[in-house]
Amino acid sequence: MNELIAIVDYNMGNLRSVEKSFSQHNCQVVITNDHKIISKADKVVLPGVGSFKDGMRELQKLQLTDILNESIIRDKKPFLGICLGMQLIAKKSLENGETEGLGWIDADVVKFDFSDSENNLKVPHVGWNSVAYKNNCSLFNEIPNDSDFYFVHSYHYKIYEDVSTGETRHGEMFTSSIQKNNIYGFQFHPEKSQSTGLKIISNFVNL
Amino acid sequence: MLKHRVIPCVLLKDWQLVKSINFESYRTIGHPTSTARIYNSRNVDELIVLDIDASLNTDEINIEIIRDIADECFMPLTIGGGISTISDIKKVLDAGADKVSINSAALNSVAFIDEASKIFGSQCLVCSIDVKKNKGVYRVFSKSQGSLDINPLDLAKKYQEHGAGEILLTSVDNEGTMQGYDIELIKMFKGNLKIPIILNGGMGSPSHAVKAIQNGADAIAAAYIFHFSRFTPDDIKEKMAGANIPVRRGT
Repeated sequence: MNELIAIVDYNMGNLRSVEKSFSQHNCQVVITNDHKIISKADKVVLPGVGSFKDGMRELQKLQLTDILNESIIRDKKPFLGICLGMQLIAKKSLENGETEGLGWIDADVVKFDFSDSENNLKVPHVGWNSVAYKNNCSLFNEIPNDSDFYFVHSYHYKIYEDVSTGETRHGEMFTSSIQKNNIYGFQFHPEKSQSTGLKIISNFVNL
Repeated sequence: MLKHRVIPCVLLKDWQLVKSINFESYRTIGHPTSTARIYNSRNVDELIVLDIDASLNTDEINIEIIRDIADECFMPLTIGGGISTISDIKKVLDAGADKVSINSAALNSVAFIDEASKIFGSQCLVCSIDVKKNKGVYRVFSKSQGSLDINPLDLAKKYQEHGAGEILLTSVDNEGTMQGYDIELIKMFKGNLKIPIILNGGMGSPSHAVKAIQNGADAIAAAYIFHFSRFTPDDIKEKMAGANIPVRRGT
């Protein structure tokens, strides 16, 4: 029996491409915000693009925070957060004031700020950039260190615990990948990173 | 380090991909889904698809074909042409696009960009500016109204302020000529925007891409070169890498 993977639908952007990247692999994938399906799923994916505040508001509106806490923290189901989905599991975001996140990772989400710098770095950070591995993450299995992945974001992690598995340079080095037990997060989009990204998805499916 | 992107740009008309010369004569170059599949297999950095029918006839944007194209893409996909309402953006993103390119609707009302960026985020909003020289001066060009008395850099700054995530800057004079990008135009923009600029129009050889990046483009888009020359996106990147420009190489 193939594993059931739930992609959480909370009205924050393009879930179709995420679904498509999973349907390439040996699993049953469903886009859902149905609590019953999420609790039944073997693995949970939280994708999303857009603002942190809106993301949290939608999660709360759909009463998804409890079910996510139960499935991931209590039941320890493998979890993959992509882009905004990785940001939402941090303690808080400093986007337009402070917004509390799910708090699974001791990190703040802060904006790139190059206002003082002369190097003309652009925000949003859009395009392909390399990830330098830190510690060991099984989702990078068979993917060479410093491979390029597709990023599109203006905010990034400022992390306070040692769970970073990859870093990327945009002006400063920032945390672009994390793992804490059953929780995996990527600031980049594996589903949009061609064959390299699809390998990450397949590594997650095969966990 | 962030890589400079090479982005094939393709035009959609009557369910076919076409290529224009100076925005006028259109030539059919193939079926959109098979073209998308080829670009995906060539591991391109990104794909831009502009639906020219939608923008001129104010028809509904063709969601079916966008869905088919998106299904072939495991790279970022930008869709543009005729996007003028919040509901258009939602439909296009739901069909599988990652970003939308907005032209006339932003020209008509910059408040549309404010609203869209609040709902969908700046990261998915590419504001497209067409530029044509008028009596030796760069002016914004509108397909329906012709040359406007607007400085393109001023317009780009305004879009940035109101929530654009990227600027797609097209030289109408150079578009389809394969004579090279408008370097004078990109020089005018260099250092003046905080958001990335995708320069479009005129690439005919890999050295044109090198020159565009060295003079301030963050990314380059091109169409003609990939359909009517032997050069592939990888050839262009190889030339760029040779000039010490960071690019993403094939895996």
